[in-house]
Order: sequence, then structure tokens, then C-alpha cells
Amino acid sequence: MSKPKIAVLGLQGDFHKHIERLAGLGAHAYAARLPEEISEADGLIIPGGESTTIGKLLVRYNLLDSIRTASDFGKPIYGTCAGLIVLATRITSSTSERGGQPTLGLLDITVSRNAFGRQIDSFESTIDAPIITGVGGKPLSAVFIRAPIVEEVGNNVQVLASYNGNIVFVRQDRILGSSFHPELTDDDRVHQYFLSVVDESLVTVTQH
Amino acid sequence: MATEDQKSTFKTKIGLAEMLKGGVIMDVVNAEQAIIAEEAGAVAVMALERVPADIRKDGGIARMSDPKLIKEIMDAVTIPVMAKARIGHFVEAQILESLGVDFIDESEVLTPADDSYHIDKHRFKVPFVCGCRDLGEALRRIGEGAAMIRTKGEAGSGNVVEAVRHMRTVLAGVRKVQSLPFEELMTEAKNLGAPYELVVELHRTGKLPVPNFSAGGIATPADAALMRQLGAEAIFVGSGIFKSGDPQRRARAIVAAATYFDKPDILAEVSTDLGEPMVGIDIHVLPKEELMASRGW
Repeated sequence: MSKPKIAVLGLQGDFHKHIERLAGLGAHAYAARLPEEISEADGLIIPGGESTTIGKLLVRYNLLDSIRTASDFGKPIYGTCAGLIVLATRITSSTSERGGQPTLGLLDITVSRNAFGRQIDSFESTIDAPIITGVGGKPLSAVFIRAPIVEEVGNNVQVLASYNGNIVFVRQDRILGSSFHPELTDDDRVHQYFLSVVDESLVTVTQH
Repeated sequence: MATEDQKSTFKTKIGLAEMLKGGVIMDVVNAEQAIIAEEAGAVAVMALERVPADIRKDGGIARMSDPKLIKEIMDAVTIPVMAKARIGHFVEAQILESLGVDFIDESEVLTPADDSYHIDKHRFKVPFVCGCRDLGEALRRIGEGAAMIRTKGEAGSGNVVEAVRHMRTVLAGVRKVQSLPFEELMTEAKNLGAPYELVVELHRTGKLPVPNFSAGGIATPADAALMRQLGAEAIFVGSGIFKSGDPQRRARAIVAAATYFDKPDILAEVSTDLGEPMVGIDIHVLPKEELMASRGW
């Protein structure tokens, strides 16, 4: 099979870190800032960054529709931190009531922004995600930066990992989202998992 | 399984700097400006009482801002809030940390409190950004614990020439270290006035161990894109936005320029009809003692 093409949304944030991880796993990964750069990919990652900034640029540069179309075609999408927020259907904020933040609405969850606190509360930890680590396997390394928490999930959303009772990693069909940043660690198992979802989607497309 | 948290590690500090990459950090002096900045798409705001252009005009001693002002700005926006402490003034830094700001800028824009030493930034939970003009200064600040470096430029001048010079100087220093044979690194560290271990690491990786942003004199979308093309990973805009004719439009345009820095068609579109930029100063007419960039040791 040829290398899967993975677009990493390159409007703002730590997209280079995702590109490094994906390239290390043999994928063809590139930064995408224009609609056509998203539509030509087999899968998309929405990186960490500032969700308000990313959301506004998605609207101003007409990228919401190309991402929704990619999802309609069954292309896998994975969002980390800000990316999780942008994918959610509902956003709440612990620090401000001013709403109106645009979202893609592709993950049926309610996500609370900055729910772990401000920067001095940012932390490194390890989390169990049995679907990736196996039961009792080495937990995932995770970095949480001013991180969000998933407060509610819809019926079609699978919880992949929790941290101290808070949901931090979810999947709905081929859409994944995590509160934490695997791309800031040396642990590439979450990216491997995402690429396996991309591989499955390519097999399905071929069969049609 | 029980998990061990590690809070405020160097990785989480650099982590926030990573999240700000590709973005614009805007100086704001009140909650209203902070909201304008957030609406425009700023990745963070720098809360301060006077923008550098006014500090320059008013003269006198420039200090940390009133905590009341910083708290009002923190309450007004959801994006990270930074604030400035004077060079070497570790008590101002302690106060800013206790307020919960997300980043401290140990800044040459304020009047230095110590003419020989900078803050020991490893002792703090909150990450620090520091200015630099060359590679040695960058590595000294990183050695002291800075999780982000910004080239200084000349704050409050509206003139990008110093920002360009400092960015080119830092990156030329990086290229030189990379190209040296290993046995020359100790003497290079001595010449740079930089920690040997960081020079060795730079030789091995070819890049600074923390993100490298640009500040000081950026006034237009083209200036922001210029600094990004030269290698800046994000942009600080001080006086350039709120000292211009139409801050909302200019702020949005500079945000777009930081993202689409290599797309001239988009840059042309966002540069159109922006109103008056800040007036700016020819740096050659400034007396030497008024230059902010030369503060820092």
C-alpha cells in the first residue's frame, strides 16, 4: 500500500510536532492551510493551539466545509486539545461566558475549555487507554496544557481514556479527540492508532 | 492505575510556547482591547499599563503593571494572558505568578531592576519568555530557564529593521554552531558567552531547544510575514495595533499574515485599506540611552 497522506491543519499551533510523529511512522504528512490541501488527504489532524484562533481562521478561510466534507467521505480526523474543542458539538468555558466560538460539530460531546486550569496547572502524566495499550499494558505518556475536559458524550461516542474520572480521549466512528498532547511526548502509539484507522478507511473505500 | 502527575515541568512550559506557534501575541492595556485582540484571533495577550510607544514618550521608570489591570484582563478573555516583569526583578515575577498569569516576559521594555543579573527562571512554575539580540544572549536566557525566546527588535519604534537584524543574527549564529567541528565548540561557547552544554545540543540538533518568536517594531501584516519568512515561529505586536488608525482590522490582518506568511495573494488582500499604521521612529535618530534592545546582560 502506498503511504497514507495525512493533512495536519497548519493554521496555528504545534502542527510541526504532529508532522514529525507521522513522518516517523512512515506517513506522508504535511501542513494544510487551504481547502484543496484538506480535500486531497486520506486523513486530517487538527493540532493543539488556541481554539479561538483556529476556529476564527477556519471560518475566515472557508475551511469548515472542506473538513466536514472529508468527514462525510469517511476520512478519519483526530483533534488534540484545541483540535478536540474545534471538533465538538458543544463548548463551555470555565473562565468566560462569552460564547459564539465556531465549531465543526463532528464529535457529539460537550467539552469544557481550560477545565484543568491555567498554565501553572499544566502537567505531564500517564493514562490507560486499553484499546491502544492493551489491558495492563504500559500507559500512554500524556502532556496536558491548559487542557479541556469532555463533560458529556453522546450515545455513539466511545470513551477511550479517562484521567481521575474525567474523560480525556474519545472516538466516534472515525473521529478521534484527546484533551492531551501525545505529539509532545516520545510515545507514538496514539498516532499509530490513528494511522490504523486511516488504513481501515482506505480498505473500505477500495472495496466499494 | 494510579498516575503520577508532574506539574510545571520544562516540557509543560515549552508545551504552551508550542501551542502559540504560528500566532500573534498582542499588547493590550485594558479589558476592552483584550477582547478586541481575542476577537481578531490573537493566540495570547500581553497585559500592560502602557504600550512601548507610550513608555518611550512618557519617560520615567516603567514597572510591572497594577495587578488589578492584569486580573481584569485575565477575567475578560479565555486565551492565555502574559505580563511583563523588569529584568532581574524576581519579586515582580513572584507577584505575577501568584496572580496566575500564563507566561512572564522578563522584558527590556521595562526599566531593568538589576544591571548585572537576570531572574533564575527555573525556580518558577510559570514559564518565561526573554528577549535576545544574538545567539549568546538567547542561550544565556535558556540556560536561566526561559521556555521561549523572542528576538528583541526595538520596541515602540514601529520600525522592523532591528527585528530583522536580531533574527538574522540569531539564525546565523545557529548555522555557524552547526557547521563547526566538535573540538571548536568550547571556544565558540566562550566567545558567545553561552552555556557549553546548550552549544553542544545546538550543534547536534541544529535548532534552538525552545521556540523562537519575534518582537519589536512589527507594524504591518507585511512586517509579520517578513519575520515569519525569516524564521520567526510567532509574532509579538506591541504598539503596532492599538496605535494604528483601525486596530480591529489591523489585528485581524496581522493574524492572517502570521498564518499565510508565504502566500502573497492573501497578504495583498489583508494589507488592503487598513487605515493609518502607527507613525514609527527612525532608530538612527534615537539617542543610545533610549534604545531598549541594549538592556539585558
